[in-house]
Amino acid sequence: MTTAESTGVGRAHPVTDSLVLVWRNLKRLPRQPDMVVYGTIQPIMFVVLFAYVFGGSISVGGTNDASTYREFLMGGIFAQTMAFSVASSSVGLADDMSKGLIERFRSLPIARGSVITGRVVGDLTFNAFVLLVMVGCGFAVGWRIRGSLWEAALAFLILLGFTFAMLWIGALIGLSVRSVEVASSAGLIWLFPLTFISSCFVDPAYMPGWMQPIAEWNPISAVALAVRDLFGNPVGDTGDGFPSDHPVLLSILYVVAITAVFSWLAVRKYQRTTAR
Amino acid sequence: MSAIEIAGLGKTFGSGKQSVHALDHLDLSVPESTVTALLGPNGAGKTTTVRILATLLQPDQGSARVLDHDVAQEPDTVRRLIGLSGQFSAIDENLTGRENLWMFGRLYGLASPEARQRSAELLDLFDLVEAADRPAKTYSGGMKRRLDLAGALVAHPRVLFLDEPTTGLDPKSRLELWGVIRDRVEQGVTLLLTTQYLEEADALADSIAVIDNGKVIASGTSDELKSDVGGERIEVVIHDTAQLGAAREAVARAAECDVEIDERLRRLTGTACDGSATLVQVIRELDAANIGIDDIGLHRPTLDDVFLTLTGHVAEPASAAADDSVTQEVAS
Repeated sequence: MTTAESTGVGRAHPVTDSLVLVWRNLKRLPRQPDMVVYGTIQPIMFVVLFAYVFGGSISVGGTNDASTYREFLMGGIFAQTMAFSVASSSVGLADDMSKGLIERFRSLPIARGSVITGRVVGDLTFNAFVLLVMVGCGFAVGWRIRGSLWEAALAFLILLGFTFAMLWIGALIGLSVRSVEVASSAGLIWLFPLTFISSCFVDPAYMPGWMQPIAEWNPISAVALAVRDLFGNPVGDTGDGFPSDHPVLLSILYVVAITAVFSWLAVRKYQRTTAR
Repeated sequence: MSAIEIAGLGKTFGSGKQSVHALDHLDLSVPESTVTALLGPNGAGKTTTVRILATLLQPDQGSARVLDHDVAQEPDTVRRLIGLSGQFSAIDENLTGRENLWMFGRLYGLASPEARQRSAELLDLFDLVEAADRPAKTYSGGMKRRLDLAGALVAHPRVLFLDEPTTGLDPKSRLELWGVIRDRVEQGVTLLLTTQYLEEADALADSIAVIDNGKVIASGTSDELKSDVGGERIEVVIHDTAQLGAAREAVARAAECDVEIDERLRRLTGTACDGSATLVQVIRELDAANIGIDDIGLHRPTLDDVFLTLTGHVAEPASAAADDSVTQEVAS
């Protein structure tokens, strides 16, 4: 009987392994329509809330004009929505852990980073879809792309790059917590102050002096400002200094730095759990 | 060559006062193409042993080799040779049965058409054809376990680890799964399974290693373990407590041995050297002495008796999840 003797198993192929796991993560989306609905409802809610409830009383760049605010708002909403993608990878990996799947994957002859890469790339694809919904939502409230096509493309690239970076943070959180419930709150709780102490929704010029530098150097502000700049939208009173002069460069630096640090930490966490 | 060779394996979780010695110089050797059961109560170290063998955990002391490859030194080689099915059904519930198997096939390095063909074979073998294209979350517990086991077999592993394969299953599903496991073993797979069910070890394994507190405390075939505890025993329950003394003499004459008496249960127990011949003799003696019998019979020692004799405490099949509760700690 050859069945028992055959060892027709080759070496680990990082790309194939990751792609199979991306496939797995995308395959579940149409089967969990509720997840897709709730994933898009939250950002839409934020748009409606800020565009129509708070918008009228928030001034940007010295004007109280509601339509100026709505155009200003969308760059912030894009950045915020992409930052909140942290929860998709943290919850996804925590769920896989709790169901014993991570353990199972670890016993397979696959490349080390492929389980997390599969998760991150799968979630990136899902969040690209969410971004598309947000763009539609933006058009509905009067937001427009006023810059060139190239600049707009760069803006979308930065948003996706930022999502990619944030998903690695989510991966580390997902592998570090003990339950799915904790993963969802631990994935999001720190993002609330981070998105509100930023230029996402309000012009930092109106914040107390000590808070302004925090808001200006905040990676989410950098991304929001960069895409406002690239889409040709109002940017508010940015003042001067490196973050307001070079938002695109700063965003790219943040994306690279966060990705480098957190992908290393997340894969190390995965290996540690393996090795202990 | 042994398929599995474990020498002086030690593993401690935590440190200081809270530390738990999960494994304490555990030795075990499993010849190729045989089935060995690790039998023990919760927390005995069964799961820890399997996790070390499956390269999921590093031992603190000693060594573990699978088909002559050290699990700590050559984890990648070992992973290609083994299949693991754990206490939980580690399948993706959002994928269908077919998709799950295809995924595991691909991850074991099979080409896509090969993986597809192998999935079809296994679905057939595990009686999952009808449910093959439904998401696994709609499966019953028994079906999930079968799918999980099929996933472990995708790449024709030479050594298979099953960690409490039937814990939590209803009796019918358990019998079905036993059948599937026996089939695989006939194909020549080496199997190490852990169980806290004594009958499961009895039903599936060529050889049983009883473990307690991280050590192997006895090993051998089921028959060997039973004979270690002693031969067949005769048990008589008489009708009238007042006749216990007379009954003791009668049984002692027939069985030629010491007789134990349990007054509350009106029960006498002795060794039956000649098996059923002794039984007949005891009945004659009791009848001649006019002693009424409520119940009488020969009793082969069960693995429960083995466990009790070896450890001094009864094996407690408590909740499965509690076994090696350290699993979660390690995972975090």
